[in-house]
Amino acid sequence: MKLLKSREAILFGAIVVLTTLIATRFPAFVAPDNLVAVFTDTAPLMILAMGQMVVILTRCIDLSVAANLALTGMVCAMINVAFPGLPVPVIIAVALVMGAFLGAINGILVWKLGIPPIVVTLGTMTIFRGVIFLLTEGKWINAHEMSESFTAVPRAEIFGMPILGWIGVVVAIIMVVVMARTTLGRAIYAVGGNPHAAVYTGINVGRTQFVAFVISGMLAGLTGYLWIARYAVAYVDIAGGFELDVVAACVIGGVSIAGGAGTVIGTLLGALFLGVVKNALPVIDISPFWQLAISGAAIIIAVAFNAQSGRSKGRVILKSAEHAQ
Amino acid sequence: MQNLSTSSEQNTGKSPVLSLDKITKIFPGVKALDGVQLDLYAGEVTALIGENGAGKSTVVKTLTGIYQPDGGDILLNGKSIRFATPQDASDAGVTAIHQETVLFDELTVAENVFIGHAPKAKFGLIDTKAAYDKTTEILNSIGAKIDAGVKLKDLGIASRHLVAIARALSVEAQVVIMDEPTAALSQTEIEELYELVDTLKAQGKAILFISHKFDEIFRIADRFTVFRDGQFVGAGKMADVAESDLVQMMVGRAVEQLFPKRHAEIGEDVLKVTGYSHPTEFENINFTLRKGEILGFYGLVGAGRSEFMQSLIGITKPSAGTVEIGGDSITMRSPADSIEAGIVYVPEDRGRQGAILDMPIFQNVTLPSLNKTSRDGFIRLAEEFALARKYTERLDLRAASLDTHVVALSGGNQQKVVIAKWLATQPRVIILDEPTKGIDIGSKAAVHDFMSELAGEGLSVIMVSSEIPEILGMSDRVIVMREGRMVAELEGDEMTPETLVRHAVGIRNEGDVA
Repeated sequence: MKLLKSREAILFGAIVVLTTLIATRFPAFVAPDNLVAVFTDTAPLMILAMGQMVVILTRCIDLSVAANLALTGMVCAMINVAFPGLPVPVIIAVALVMGAFLGAINGILVWKLGIPPIVVTLGTMTIFRGVIFLLTEGKWINAHEMSESFTAVPRAEIFGMPILGWIGVVVAIIMVVVMARTTLGRAIYAVGGNPHAAVYTGINVGRTQFVAFVISGMLAGLTGYLWIARYAVAYVDIAGGFELDVVAACVIGGVSIAGGAGTVIGTLLGALFLGVVKNALPVIDISPFWQLAISGAAIIIAVAFNAQSGRSKGRVILKSAEHAQ
Repeated sequence: MQNLSTSSEQNTGKSPVLSLDKITKIFPGVKALDGVQLDLYAGEVTALIGENGAGKSTVVKTLTGIYQPDGGDILLNGKSIRFATPQDASDAGVTAIHQETVLFDELTVAENVFIGHAPKAKFGLIDTKAAYDKTTEILNSIGAKIDAGVKLKDLGIASRHLVAIARALSVEAQVVIMDEPTAALSQTEIEELYELVDTLKAQGKAILFISHKFDEIFRIADRFTVFRDGQFVGAGKMADVAESDLVQMMVGRAVEQLFPKRHAEIGEDVLKVTGYSHPTEFENINFTLRKGEILGFYGLVGAGRSEFMQSLIGITKPSAGTVEIGGDSITMRSPADSIEAGIVYVPEDRGRQGAILDMPIFQNVTLPSLNKTSRDGFIRLAEEFALARKYTERLDLRAASLDTHVVALSGGNQQKVVIAKWLATQPRVIILDEPTKGIDIGSKAAVHDFMSELAGEGLSVIMVSSEIPEILGMSDRVIVMREGRMVAELEGDEMTPETLVRHAVGIRNEGDVA
């Protein structure tokens, strides 16, 4: 139990150690400006991971987040091309609503038809990418076609940090409050922790999972706009395979794949860990392939860690074993 | 085949094929079997009779090598033998048809029958043809018209049962154990099963037949053995015994008054259930529950009591019937409705359906009453903590802090968390399903004490229990259910152990026992 509680502390320690090691060779890496840049660069992963965390907590998984991001981002870009005068807050609202709608499709299929989430989201992942192709016939939307305000917003700085980073902070605060202080958050943990018991306490398990998918979709939609505006380009394969980074961030952050256990802070640290690795390795001149290997190793270590702490929680049934312990 | 001839020789000498001699099995805190005796004879059916928890299933598991006895001997043809694994028991010719047989939906009948001991062809490959032929042969011998090549998922319940029997017979069986074999069958299928049992008898097999149903036992058994609370009570030939004697043996001595039922003022009607029915689980349940009353629901396992309670609180939908609370008609669409209406259910399977182990105590306690401690979906932590503290203190829950995760608590304390959770909703009716199952004597007394206290405060309690002393000691009234129907409503002097058992097992001839 103690290990589990200090889980976030261990992860935070790992990030600090990693950063320090890099700083010994490249002091510039820990310059405040660079740390802010790393944080901002990691913000999309953090936002997506927080949505994914909610879904995983309810014993589901959302593999369609990156495809949702790409589709919503593409639609935002197309709207911008068609109506360049439309203010960015309206576009963000469209991104949130559309992302939520795509998430709701996942949620309805899981809730009402009882299809396993991995199958549903694997299907919608492919469908969403296909829809982008249908919308664009595979054409790209490039920076020069987008309006200046559309691409400027995520990069505009407030107190030295780009808005993209601040949005990550705001989403994190909202999610901490939702998970810790609302009946919805409580229901999400209850459904994942013990769905049978949750039913008896009057919680609608299917509807809670539906809401989790909507949250995940909404955050994916928001990230869709931010991503496309930041990189000022939209195409079919944008953020391809990114859903795996998102799930990895959750797992490294201590979210249990079995549901019911995991925190917002842990998830953020998991995403940050991956962000630091990704940003640091090119600096110290290590091939990006190592980055994949390091991410993979981190996932396995995290899962092994989870399994270990899960094991020690088991009840002692044998009387003889009680003394042996 | 050699085995068969020896056993038929012994039949004439009337020495048992298989005996349990002073078998003891101890689980932490419970003696499941306490020096029991059981003899099975070739070509005869021995019925094992006992209340729920008498140790029948433990015997089956001991005989089939799933459990190892802590004392005593298993004698096969007079020789002491040890079944270290289920395979050992099967090799020795002891085979069982379990209550819930594990079969594989995606495999064919023949594959199911021979899984684990398939006939081998060259290179250790499975001889599919031999398996198919042997299965067909076995199925024919029990009169089952099933194609050995079809997949199990395409068969109905009854046919699956025959496959399970065929599987039991696919080893050279001397002893066949049938654990409640008729539980899932219809009347005609039961008749067919009786014929099958007769066939097996004629083949010289020794049969152990476990059943709750008296008509069945008298129809089919040659001998009986009665257990009570893990102890051997008596054995003999069916021809020498009357139903009333068996009931007496099952129930045992007069129930002692060790239950602290205090006198509670019984007030006005709180809950009225009329004509409550379900398509497959139960039918036409009618009763009225009054303020401060403890109403017992007695019945054998599978009588439909828990199924009815789950429907009453909105987990499953009834096909007919009405529920009135305090005179208002209420439709329960979900457990949330029932909690709102003031009916709460503490399920039997508390591990699975009760607490959420990975959550802190206080969050578990307040989970069904969060709407009381929150505004617009935002939880007010101070109120939530106060509510959790109030009810955990009331139940005298001992934990380092309310932040402790439930997984770290002992079984008794987890139980308290679950009860605190339901009391915190301030219900008018609390349904306790087997409230003392699997807990030690001391904790039982505490639970009973607490139930009396609740009733004294004007809460109406429904207690589902399979323990006769508990039912008789705690209830003001008892409803007996059998096979999904209410068969009796007993009050006052009518509440005797004999009457309860008689109604629960369905003895028609009442004169025998009274």
